[in-house]
Amino acid sequence: MLIIDCPYCGPRSEEELTWGGQAGIVRPIEPEVADDATWTDYLFFRSNPKGVQFEQWCCSGGCGRWFKVARHTVSHEILGTWPYDADPDLKAVIGAAGKCGK
Amino acid sequence: MRYSLLSLARHAVRGHRGWSPAWRNPEPQTRYDAVIIGGGGHGLAAAYYLAKEFGISRVAVLERGWIGGGNTGRNTTNVRSDYLYPESAALYEFALRRYEGLSQELNFNIMLSQRGWMMLIHDRHQLELAQHRVNALVCNGIDAEIISCEEVARMVPYLAMGATARYPVLGAFLQRRGGTARHDAVAWGFARGADRLGVDILQNCEVTGFERAGNRILAVETTRGRIRTEKIGVSAAGHSSVVAGLAGFALPITSFCLQAMVSEPMKPILDHVVISPNTGIYVNQSDKGELVFGGALDLYTSYGQRGTFPTIEHVVAGCVEMFPEFGHLRLLRHWAGLVDVSPDSSPIIGATPIDNLFINCGWGTGGFKATPAGGHMLAHAVARGEPHPLAVPFGLDRFRTNRLIDEGAASGIAH
Repeated sequence: MLIIDCPYCGPRSEEELTWGGQAGIVRPIEPEVADDATWTDYLFFRSNPKGVQFEQWCCSGGCGRWFKVARHTVSHEILGTWPYDADPDLKAVIGAAGKCGK
Repeated sequence: MRYSLLSLARHAVRGHRGWSPAWRNPEPQTRYDAVIIGGGGHGLAAAYYLAKEFGISRVAVLERGWIGGGNTGRNTTNVRSDYLYPESAALYEFALRRYEGLSQELNFNIMLSQRGWMMLIHDRHQLELAQHRVNALVCNGIDAEIISCEEVARMVPYLAMGATARYPVLGAFLQRRGGTARHDAVAWGFARGADRLGVDILQNCEVTGFERAGNRILAVETTRGRIRTEKIGVSAAGHSSVVAGLAGFALPITSFCLQAMVSEPMKPILDHVVISPNTGIYVNQSDKGELVFGGALDLYTSYGQRGTFPTIEHVVAGCVEMFPEFGHLRLLRHWAGLVDVSPDSSPIIGATPIDNLFINCGWGTGGFKATPAGGHMLAHAVARGEPHPLAVPFGLDRFRTNRLIDEGAASGIAH
């Protein structure tokens, strides 16, 4: 059972949260000029690392807000959580945790 | 050595001490005509078909761990071909037809048991959807029927379906040719068949990188040395993104854990495979008497190959909801496979941005039933450099051309 710190509500079990996939996906800024490759990437291609990634989780059983989580996809270790508009650096987060890739 | 009643009798009188290994454990050579990455059912089948039907037998199968130790050993052994769209129907039916002759072809008993694959119908909407699906399947030449709730009660006597049941049962969708096959035997049978045709099966051999020249791969770097090759087929299921990343391209795949579990063994109580769309649970009884069951995906991506407890609880609760008697049983063990889910819940087969590397992935939660098809399609792509006619609609380029085959929506797949 994962315990994840909602930045607003504090620690919550994974059953109270909803996983929303990769964080920070941006819709093509100028849709009318975006080509097929750009749309394909936006619609279908997601990072799928064996390691740490930034994800979006929703505190669906609590405040209902989305926030960012750095999670290791093998150990499931949570390396940090942030409000959604924060822009943490992945390398710095991994370095601070100091034990990733285990 | 050919397996037969005679060979069994001959070895029995000698105390079974004379059996030879079913496949060799060779040292890697420095060069192969083709390399298959991934020693699961699909990869071993690809190597077998390359040697048997495409005349390429200088082939190596590279397996990170032991053969059949990934998803091939981590599923609920169901086989069926009841997919909605013509493209999928043809592909999965190809697999089921091959399964039907596989024990004889491989001289290895894969214990195919076409005991009937039954999806319960709980309400009018599901009845209409099931009728639609039956019509589509029959149009595609595949057996399927709707059976009444009286028939369901006769076939599955322990199913909760009376006035006290959580979900009423109006009837069921049934594919009689669906059922189960022995998962390990599928991997071992293909491994033995491939080995006899000269394929080298290299276990504990993890791919660590590729040596590229432009858009071609010259050699595969592995933990057991560098292997030069002309062509590469990748059949790595949940690790497809990792292998593709080493080769320098991306796939529209996300990797999830899909759990399954078995109970302690008991006497025969369940003769068919039963799935409920409302609980999302599918359950059958193994030949050893264990109940084998599973449910939905875990809730977030993972390469962990182990399940999470909320999902275990959910799956067990759903199973007991369907079969209250099963609440008396204890769980024997549970496991998780790493499934490679594609955006449209259909496989991705064929060419990649690398000229001489071909892929077979995206089977998601349904790869076991498709093992002979996935292997054959990958072998065809590797040998001929172009997709098998049945695999044409399943190319990686369909996401760019927007010609999706959305079985996730169409077949009501529980993922």
